[in-house]
Amino acid sequence: MRLLNRSAGRLSRHRRGPLAGVAVLLLALLTVGGLYTAFSPATADESSASADQVAQGRELFLVSCAFCHGQNGEGVRTIGGDQLGPSLVGVGAAAVDFQVGTGRMPMVQPGAQVPRKPESFSDDEIAALAAYVASLGPGPAVPDEGDYSLDGLSDEERQAAIVRGGQIFLTNCTACHNFEGSGGAMPRGGYAPKIRGVEPRYIYEALLTGPQNMPNFSNGNLSPDEKRDVIAYLGSLEEMPDYGGFSLGGLGPVTEGMVAWLVGIGMCVGAAIWIAAHTTRTNKKKVDA
Amino acid sequence: MSTPPVVDGHGEPVDDNLPERDDLYANPGLHEHLWRPTDVDPKAEKRAERQVATLFTLSAICTVLFVVFYFTVESTDTIAGLGAQNVALGLTLAGALLFIGIGIIQWARKLMADQEIVELRHPAASSEEDRATTIAALNQGIEESGIGRRPLVRNSLLGAVGLVGVTAIVPLWDLGPTNKKVTENPPFPGSGLEHTIWSKGMRVVRDVVGTPIKPEDLQIGDLVNAEPEGLFKSPDNGEPLEGVALQVGKSKGAVVLVKMEPDEIIPGKGRENWSVDGILCYSKICTHVGCPISLYERTTHHLLCPCHQSTFDLADSAKVVFGPAARPLPQLALAVDSEGYLVAQDDFDEPVGPSFWERG
Repeated sequence: MRLLNRSAGRLSRHRRGPLAGVAVLLLALLTVGGLYTAFSPATADESSASADQVAQGRELFLVSCAFCHGQNGEGVRTIGGDQLGPSLVGVGAAAVDFQVGTGRMPMVQPGAQVPRKPESFSDDEIAALAAYVASLGPGPAVPDEGDYSLDGLSDEERQAAIVRGGQIFLTNCTACHNFEGSGGAMPRGGYAPKIRGVEPRYIYEALLTGPQNMPNFSNGNLSPDEKRDVIAYLGSLEEMPDYGGFSLGGLGPVTEGMVAWLVGIGMCVGAAIWIAAHTTRTNKKKVDA
Repeated sequence: MSTPPVVDGHGEPVDDNLPERDDLYANPGLHEHLWRPTDVDPKAEKRAERQVATLFTLSAICTVLFVVFYFTVESTDTIAGLGAQNVALGLTLAGALLFIGIGIIQWARKLMADQEIVELRHPAASSEEDRATTIAALNQGIEESGIGRRPLVRNSLLGAVGLVGVTAIVPLWDLGPTNKKVTENPPFPGSGLEHTIWSKGMRVVRDVVGTPIKPEDLQIGDLVNAEPEGLFKSPDNGEPLEGVALQVGKSKGAVVLVKMEPDEIIPGKGRENWSVDGILCYSKICTHVGCPISLYERTTHHLLCPCHQSTFDLADSAKVVFGPAARPLPQLALAVDSEGYLVAQDDFDEPVGPSFWERG
């Protein structure tokens, strides 16, 4: 006891020393860090963003996004009352990952349609932006691969998932995106993009967040399993042979009719011209036998 | 200066009735006939014969291959990403027909008789004499039958012939029961043009999976393609509907649910309590010609019909803002049941789908 008192006294003599604050801070950090390492789950939650990431995301946001979305993501209205950029409060990390990850944002210019283009940010920067926007208000997080992967299902369950996904797709998605996911025209110069060959993560995020004019299919609307099934169905279309012949982009009767008229009838006309064009003639006279 | 007599390519004198216009320019006649190599060279002729026969043989080979492929290629086989059966049968059938066609054309071009013929044009009408005889016979027939002198016979005949048409029209009655009959005694739940399967307290469920929906499940901007629960659980016996009953129920019962900011909704007169937390429900059947519509733009709240581009503003009682539709989409009044699920307050208050005769 005396020993302890003596050492405490010795320590106490230094408590107003110039390095005391630093030493206490270091000790506190080490303790908290050690405790956290000891008690936190072995797999760290990647979606929980660090303060650094949020700060980096804010820097990027101010440079590349704030012009239309406002310095705090509150959205910007023009004097005429039009929405220049919508508020990003509550759109969540999933919306950022979709919009920036597919290159749709930052937009080159406002217009009827936001086309997909090569992305402008690295994966880390997109994650930072997503972390910052997610910090503005609660919204859907970037989905895990487990959310849309069919791994762990038996072959029969897989087939059932693809069939159900097909029915859900034909009910909810076909109206705009075409029965094969080839996309289609929308009013005022817009279009529903082609969704064949799009990464499953982005399809999942588009369903969750409803980019641009697309309605949401939130988890209360289409459950995560139903979303997974839709993605499985779209994947199965990639492996589906064209039993009926060339799909011609899967756009329906317009392309098929055009090919029939131009190629089919064109070949018939060409053949008719060839038949009537000329027959070889010779200057030799017929010799009577 | 005298001109040579007008002759055709084979030296025959041309029609004498041609007007004498030799003073303007001479008829040059046909150029000298040039023969084909196959006409003058026996070797070329033999070659052409073999060529045509080869084409016909190729066609026969294609036909044999068609039969072989029909029995050997499985319908699930693929070739270069295409269905192998379609490709194999299509190509061999095309070859079989095409080679016959090319063969016949080559035969005609190279081997069949090679003559140039001049055909002069004549008037297409019959001679004056024939025409006069025919008209006289017709007039005599009319005179002898007395159809002009006996109006009673003529008119009763016209009436009888006209009435025969009724036998073609009356059987149309059997095309289907009248709307009135169906409405009075509905064969299936929701039969008839004025009614649907919706009823007071019927839950609104998700299409395909048939699960009920709570208002808090949905977020702003959600679009749910929904159906009446009666399709999955019949109002009569609780079983899922099947066959015609399902088609009748589904064809008029399909709806879309959308959720928007409550202050964006302009409630129609008497429809103030038809929405729940900004969730609105409308018939999915276009009022123009009845296509199912679900092209929804969340920012404009416009629902667009893919068939003829009729556009409805769902925030404003689904009024028509563009296109050929004449009526707004019927709105289904929503409520929440004791378990918290969305239900219909009642059936639609007007017929869904396109206009019809009795509706006016």
